[in-house]
Amino acid sequence: MASGELTSGAYIKHHLQNLTYGKFPDGHWGFAESALEAKEMGFMAFHVDTLGFSFVLGALFLFFFARAAKRASIDAPSGFQNFVESIIDFIDDNVRGSFSGKNPMVAPLALTTFIWIILMNTMDLVPVDWLPSLAAAIGIDFLKVVPTTDPNATFGMSIGIFLLILYYSVKEKGLGGFVGELTLHPFGKWMLPFNFFLEGVNLLAKPVSLALRLFGNMYAGEMIFILIALLPFWIQWSLSLPWAIFHILIVLLQAFIFMTLVIVYMDMAHQKEH
Amino acid sequence: MNINLTLIGQTIMFAMFVLFCMKFVWPPLVEAMAARKKAIEDGLKAAELGKEEHALAQKNAEDLIESTKNQAAEIIANADKQANGMIDKAKGTASEEADKIKAHAKSELDQEVVKARNELKNQVSTLVMQGVNSVLEKEVDAKAHKDMLSKLSQSL
Repeated sequence: MASGELTSGAYIKHHLQNLTYGKFPDGHWGFAESALEAKEMGFMAFHVDTLGFSFVLGALFLFFFARAAKRASIDAPSGFQNFVESIIDFIDDNVRGSFSGKNPMVAPLALTTFIWIILMNTMDLVPVDWLPSLAAAIGIDFLKVVPTTDPNATFGMSIGIFLLILYYSVKEKGLGGFVGELTLHPFGKWMLPFNFFLEGVNLLAKPVSLALRLFGNMYAGEMIFILIALLPFWIQWSLSLPWAIFHILIVLLQAFIFMTLVIVYMDMAHQKEH
Repeated sequence: MNINLTLIGQTIMFAMFVLFCMKFVWPPLVEAMAARKKAIEDGLKAAELGKEEHALAQKNAEDLIESTKNQAAEIIANADKQANGMIDKAKGTASEEADKIKAHAKSELDQEVVKARNELKNQVSTLVMQGVNSVLEKEVDAKAHKDMLSKLSQSL
């Protein structure tokens, strides 16, 4: 809800500004006081809110799952263990269905991306003003609670995936095989530059589309929540409730798409014949 | 929406999370699930085996009951036969014994009769002697007539 002295534009901009800690142009490090200052810091800056929330969420996920794994009982699984096992089963089915190679890393990778993205996306369902207001009360001016609405987070993941694609492509096919795949298809060796262009775009499109799809969906959803928050408080629920319910679907769907594509890309990286 | 060091931080965080998951989360859970699956499979197999064994045992028991029944019937038949034989034998023995007793009793009776008759003869002869004595008074010499008297008593 916008307070009296804020315009709608300023409210929206404020909500889209990360809490940035970085190097000022004059050389000292500190928190940016405004969007302009954050921009001036350029690459040498951290989004503390994105890093913090994503770390806490990832750590929560791993803590609870690792605890369930440690206490895993064969005879009498607890309720939470059942829940975890159903997720493991779901991931395992997906990996078996899409991934034909043998790599013990793919399934944990898929599990981590799936749950982590779900948790980060779910932060979108927390009413948009709660956590920023709380932060403002303790003197933090900017706070963006949904890590996946920060392209740094989504590109950070997709770059990790991209490095894995490169690593396993070279490992499984050999450097020559990988270069051959990039240059000798689909038109044979006489069209080599064209092939390389096509395959290069194909290869680069993977991480870019992964990151932008997730970011775009979550950013748009967050934006709509912010716009709804501009309405008078007594009518907000009539829009935010349906949108939140619909958004649950997007939260799960985007996590699922991301995970499935990760599995498929890893499968493509492991495939020897083209 | 600036791209900055957060990107690298997120990549490193992602890699750490995946490594942690790969080490401490995925393998133990999958192992536990596989172990449970195996336990359930073994259990089902054992149950199947137990069912077969049970069916076999039931069949054995039925056979046993059948043969036992037959045996029992045989034993009863034998016992009946033996009992009948014993009864018959007992009847035979009893009638034989009865005959013997009867014969013995008869011979005894005969002896008694003879004895009684002899006694009676003696008594009659004595009686006759006394009567004759009293009729004749002293005229009869007991010694002289004794032969005659005994002859008389003999003829009675």
